[in-house]
Amino acid sequence: MKSRTPYRIGLAVLFAGLFAATGALADAPVVNKGDNAWMLTSTVLVLLMTIPGLALFYGGLVRTKNMLSVLTHVFYTVCIVILIWSFYGYSLAFTGGSPYLGGLSKAFMMGMTTDSTASTFSVGANISELIYFCFQMTFAAITPALIVGAFAERMRFAAVALFIPLWVTLIYFPIAHMVWYWAGPDAIADAAKALAAATDEATKKLAQAKLDEVLADGGQVYLWGAIDFAGGTVVHINAGIAGFVGALMVGKRIGHGKEIMAPHSMVQTMIGTSLLWVGWFGFNAGSNLEASGGAALAMVNSFLATAAAGLSWMFAEWIVKGKPSVLGILSGAVAGLVAVTPASGFSGPMGAIVLGLVVGVICLFFVTVVKHAFDYDDALDVFGVHCVGGIVGAIATGILVAPFLGGTGIMDYATGKIAEYDMWTQLISQGKAVGTTLVWSGFGSAILYKVVDLLVGLRPSPEAEREGLDLTDHGERAYDL
Amino acid sequence: MKIVMAIIKPFKLDEVRDALTAIGVHGMTVTEVKGYGRQKGHTEIYRGTEYAVSFLPKLKVEVAVAASQLDKVIEAISAAAKTGQIGDGKIFVFGLEQAVRIRTGETDAAAL
Repeated sequence: MKSRTPYRIGLAVLFAGLFAATGALADAPVVNKGDNAWMLTSTVLVLLMTIPGLALFYGGLVRTKNMLSVLTHVFYTVCIVILIWSFYGYSLAFTGGSPYLGGLSKAFMMGMTTDSTASTFSVGANISELIYFCFQMTFAAITPALIVGAFAERMRFAAVALFIPLWVTLIYFPIAHMVWYWAGPDAIADAAKALAAATDEATKKLAQAKLDEVLADGGQVYLWGAIDFAGGTVVHINAGIAGFVGALMVGKRIGHGKEIMAPHSMVQTMIGTSLLWVGWFGFNAGSNLEASGGAALAMVNSFLATAAAGLSWMFAEWIVKGKPSVLGILSGAVAGLVAVTPASGFSGPMGAIVLGLVVGVICLFFVTVVKHAFDYDDALDVFGVHCVGGIVGAIATGILVAPFLGGTGIMDYATGKIAEYDMWTQLISQGKAVGTTLVWSGFGSAILYKVVDLLVGLRPSPEAEREGLDLTDHGERAYDL
Repeated sequence: MKIVMAIIKPFKLDEVRDALTAIGVHGMTVTEVKGYGRQKGHTEIYRGTEYAVSFLPKLKVEVAVAASQLDKVIEAISAAAKTGQIGDGKIFVFGLEQAVRIRTGETDAAAL
């Protein structure tokens, strides 16, 4: 990243002003303070999603004896991932290297200062890199926190403590790099400009080579042309399939299907879900990286799809099961948020409503019919809501982005125009993104669970599980009633 | 002396207390309990998983009274706790051998 002399008080302002006036810094990236302000806000909103949003959403769904276990899993995940992100996570995910994983040039935040800038999705619009670092860090933190819901109530804390750092390192960073790393709009636009300005054959050839190089500087999934606005693949499919594999490998809870395992507090689940929705505006609208109309579109879609999905789940359940449940409308809302995540900056508002209506019913089907038919114990439906909802969203994004369906189309930064859109081509790209995530995270997570099982053991003793993980793992009790 | 133990619907507690106070019974012990009798439980559904909840929440009211008061007490509780629906509860009566008020050392009738 290029750096720029910061303005300072007093004489320094004058000197800096003189330098700027003489054009000495004309090409240095300029940070937009409005965008910075929005991204600082978005970053803390995403943290709010995780703690306490996700923690309460999950916590309310387990039995009282495992409440603290779930809260601890989520809070621990946030803390450990924040540190790893600063050591090597950001560098592996968001620097160039190979199309599969970044390099270590920014390990330990090397070279990152208050002057460092990160590009957004508009030519010439930049934000402070330290904010981009924090924003992406909160994504890395919430993703593994989603996983813990699948194996809730029956995984030792020691196993979780080891699994999470391994998982973000070997699964999350590569996927985030493959889907989200690219050279940025400025690099592409500059190279395209140089090519257009080239007059003779030799410079043209050089400029073309440079443009090709810049265009090829991206993650593999990005290079396939797949689009994922805020993390349908990177966050939800990634975590969803990892949770599913975990639920299978650690096995069912003792008494599953025989004993009552009803949620202990729908009130806390409702509070958690509402905090998730509020925080999700940072997640989706923040992923626009600029406080622009694009962020506003992502916000609109995150309202509409969520409301539509909450209603479609609730009414479908009312028709099929006879009662409209609060857990139904809450689960539907989360499914809608998951599905609209990859589409939020690309879909038109009416497209987002259709997406919400569809995903609410599909996730209800997976959670109530498929789960029971195959009899796996995905305790808090991480697979049924996040993985399935994520797949629906990732595929639908390829359709809803279509300009003739009210979508935004996909920007071609080399020409500065919206690119030609072909639905079939886009759907194939989206499918490859989904498949890559499922395979990498599915098999990779299976190996990691096995390793963790061999090293510390995944499962508590049957006595400890019966007693509850709050007391046996943490020596604390959630409620003194 | 007798112990009257009544299992009642939770929302009937205040009416029962008022009725007992009106006939001069001062003091009772209330416990939240679960159980079942003729009233069947209910079903709860969470994301399609159905749980049959067969133990319903009730309150257990215990009062110690003089034998002479027993009929009036049973009558008061019965009238106050009654809705006419299944699940109104039951009243059990036990003999009570001895009672002591800890603060003063008073015994039996004086301790009630």
